[in-house]
Amino acid sequence: METLIQAAYLIAAALFILGLKQMSSPVTARRGIIWAGAGMVLATLATFMSPQILDSDQVSINIMLIIIAIALGGGYAWYSGKKVAMTDMPQMIAMYNGMGGGAAAAIAAVELIKASNEAAHDVTGSSTVADMLGADVAILGILGAIIGTISFSGSIIAWAKLDGRLNRSKLLPMQHVINALLAIVTLGFGVAIYFTNSLDTIIIFYLLALVLGVFITVPVGGADMPVIISLFNALTGLAVGFEGYVLGNAAMIIAGIVVGSAGSLLTQLMAKAMNRSVANVFFAGVGTDAAVVSSDGNEGVMKEIQAQDAGILMSFASQVVIIPGYGMAVAQAQHKIWELTQILTEKGVKVKFAIHPVAGRMPGHMNVLLAEAGVPYDMIYDMEDINADFKNTTVALVIGANDVVNPSAKTDSSSPLFGMPILDAIDADNVIVIKRGRGTGFSGVENPLFFADNAKMLFGDGQKAASELIQAVKEL
Amino acid sequence: MIEGLAAIYIFMLAGFTGYEIISKVPVILHTPLMSGSNFVHGIVLVGAMVALGIAETTGQQVIGFIAVLLGAGNAVGGYVVTERMLEMFRPSNKKAKGEDS
Repeated sequence: METLIQAAYLIAAALFILGLKQMSSPVTARRGIIWAGAGMVLATLATFMSPQILDSDQVSINIMLIIIAIALGGGYAWYSGKKVAMTDMPQMIAMYNGMGGGAAAAIAAVELIKASNEAAHDVTGSSTVADMLGADVAILGILGAIIGTISFSGSIIAWAKLDGRLNRSKLLPMQHVINALLAIVTLGFGVAIYFTNSLDTIIIFYLLALVLGVFITVPVGGADMPVIISLFNALTGLAVGFEGYVLGNAAMIIAGIVVGSAGSLLTQLMAKAMNRSVANVFFAGVGTDAAVVSSDGNEGVMKEIQAQDAGILMSFASQVVIIPGYGMAVAQAQHKIWELTQILTEKGVKVKFAIHPVAGRMPGHMNVLLAEAGVPYDMIYDMEDINADFKNTTVALVIGANDVVNPSAKTDSSSPLFGMPILDAIDADNVIVIKRGRGTGFSGVENPLFFADNAKMLFGDGQKAASELIQAVKEL
Repeated sequence: MIEGLAAIYIFMLAGFTGYEIISKVPVILHTPLMSGSNFVHGIVLVGAMVALGIAETTGQQVIGFIAVLLGAGNAVGGYVVTERMLEMFRPSNKKAKGEDS
């Protein structure tokens, strides 16, 4: 039986890796998640046959508890996952990720408590947790516990912030110093667990780690949240891998470490796309200081355009590139934009979508939102692929995006955006910007694009403006 | 059990594998992929089941129960949202596959 279970875990691990591999291309992505899902079902079923569980004194009670817990946790997640709106996807991922971190931390808790209990009732009376578990298992178990717990409480804070339930970004003065001290104290208790058999130490250790996760995440600005979520995702993977070692479970080790390293790389890619370093996100408190940049005089005035004229301009264009931002999703304008695209395409206009790596709330989020509206993925272009093409573009239509088309990121070294890669919408013959008002973007930085000679502003709510454009184009 | 050097090999190779998978992913799939990898570490459910399965005292059972609860949430939730996102990615020549929507 043991061999069969190990074989099931091996197949599951292979399915995870192949599944993730297939998820790296839009053509095979759907099959990828189904393969990975099959692996998960296989591993879960095999675990019910595990002799470790079946040989327990309380086998019937424990198995019943397992089934109840799976039904409750899985049922809740199924319901919430089916219901959540696509725009709210980032915080939902944060929540599920936090649950995984919590599970890894709880596994460690069971092992550590059990070991401390055994050590305390040992004949010698002075055994330690490390004596019971062995040095390697104890160290990785404790490390996994601290990482998983931080990921758990941190992800919950990330969820609350993205969901608009928590808005404060300051808890205490000198937060970073306190965090550093807290981290050292927490690690100290981790070391203490290793060398003692005290249950109290374990409890205090977990409480400190929970607080640490909260303290780390609260100061992080809203714009940096994707980086944090991705980092916690990687950390959970690492914690799962470590606890996999504690339990001697190969599937957990492989899957956890694969996610740990993939997540670390993804975190770096995201941070790079946002022109931030990962360390910056944590320690500089960016997004709070950067927001107070004085606008030093606008060079020119914004020129307004009516939907009618914008419609004419687009109908007779050879190529229109649409640059959507999160503002479009907030206004729920993506369906209208897709309708507009279809009408323009029928008229023989070539329409493309240009996506900045950080459009939406995390990399790729905008693609999901467009896909939901029905936009096929082969009309959607990455920044590197489209930027050279703006020179051949008659109209660049910017909707709900601001900072990602701000040319001062290239030209003005004093701008907080300086160095961030942008979409070169300004190179198009005409730029039409759909915008609610005259204010600045998320970063609070003035956008010279709006004052450029070839740019015209179409003021109004995204959805309403898109409807007007459709009307105007249809009437021609 | 997996011990010593063998474990280090597994850690190392799994690390390279994860790096390799991500490095070729187009930006448009970053969110689904993050969600997908979030699902994959839902394998923690298996460990949680063992932790609850070997629990001896009520305290351990409570913590184990929480572990399975959270692990199941991670696995199921991760799957549902990833599948929902990926299901929407369609190429423009979708007629070839039949318009099922």
